[in-house]
Amino acid sequence: MTTPRDIHAYLAEFEDIPGTRVFTAARARQGYHLNQFAMSLMKAENRETFKANERAYLDRWPMTEEQKQAVLDRDFNRCLELGGNIYFLAKLFSTDGKSFAQAVSTMTDMSFEDYTAMMIAGGRSPVGVRSIKEKY
Amino acid sequence: MARITAGVACSHIPALGVAVDFEKTEEAYWKPAFTGFDWTREWEKAEEPDVVILVYNDHATAFDMKFIPTFAIGCAESFTPADEGWGPRQVPVVEGHPDLAWHIAQSCILDEFDMTIINEMEVDHGLTVPLSMMFGKVDKWPCKVIPLAVNVVTYPPPSGNRCWALGEAIRRAVESYPEDLNVQVWGTGGMSHQLQGPRAGLINKEWDNRFLDQLSGSTDALRHIPHIEYLRETGSEGIEMVMWLIMRGAMGKTTEQLHRHYHVPASNTAVGHIVLRPVDEASAANDVGAAA
Repeated sequence: MTTPRDIHAYLAEFEDIPGTRVFTAARARQGYHLNQFAMSLMKAENRETFKANERAYLDRWPMTEEQKQAVLDRDFNRCLELGGNIYFLAKLFSTDGKSFAQAVSTMTDMSFEDYTAMMIAGGRSPVGVRSIKEKY
Repeated sequence: MARITAGVACSHIPALGVAVDFEKTEEAYWKPAFTGFDWTREWEKAEEPDVVILVYNDHATAFDMKFIPTFAIGCAESFTPADEGWGPRQVPVVEGHPDLAWHIAQSCILDEFDMTIINEMEVDHGLTVPLSMMFGKVDKWPCKVIPLAVNVVTYPPPSGNRCWALGEAIRRAVESYPEDLNVQVWGTGGMSHQLQGPRAGLINKEWDNRFLDQLSGSTDALRHIPHIEYLRETGSEGIEMVMWLIMRGAMGKTTEQLHRHYHVPASNTAVGHIVLRPVDEASAANDVGAAA
């Protein structure tokens, strides 16, 4: 046995990781249409329609107003809070011509330049960001 | 009979594919990530595998939120590289091995692994980047490929223990296939990385290297690592390393490390790579006897 068989205990542990939103079933359900909207941007013609009028394109999807606003704002942390998944959101930032590293850096408190420098220096240390409760 | 002759693991970072496709591998930023694969490209030319069972995850490409198979095996004649939003990679079409793939699917289901069978699928960077790393820029991939897609996106993914056990079942399946085939199993993804939230950019070199250490020899400690440890120690996307355990499980009890490489960073991620040879237990026992 490598994972707790109690699904409640298993899920509760995820909330103890700082600055991280694990894509649980609850988030997958909440973000279903947000993620499927993002998925639609895999098609070139949909990307064109979206870019021509983002709001109108979003209104075709049964997303919440908060989700639509987070997309319009390109607020990726907010998108994650509202059930977005990074691999789906990747279709959105690819449509904008942004790389993974550029998009990811916007979710941190760093500029892209500082984020890139941190990665070249070996990345973010896990020390102190493993657990909210245990602070290690 | 078919036999599993080697195991390979490596990261499948999309930026590595971009670097190959746009001739950037000699640039100062990319060179140290790529030089660790030079040994393997030469080794693969000598090994000439007939088939690679390539364990990877789909990144919202072939599978969206409509269907989320935990373990899915590609049984098609061929798999086309997908357009992931910036046009398909200009790499060869991936040829499958439907006969062996169906044999593995049937054998695993009877062995109580309830596989999803895929008859049509496009493949993304998770599958094509490892092929580029191991074979370079080629007009045609030098072997057949059986894609084995694992859900590591929507929780819960399969446990490490379950992945290891699936690898063991795949080994039994391959060894019962009548044709004489040289088969490799590749595990891809990882190593430490987090692509989301304020903790993005997390890298854990010490943890990654302990993981690489424990892929060799007879230890099976890795199969018992719980999901929460991957998440805390290696970032939210470090969970992809459970896919390496399918490869390790398919190697049998004992492995020998032939080659290893580790580099930080490639984009947001730690690049890890290892080549393993399964140690034949009968001949290993004889060696010990001879030494005594």
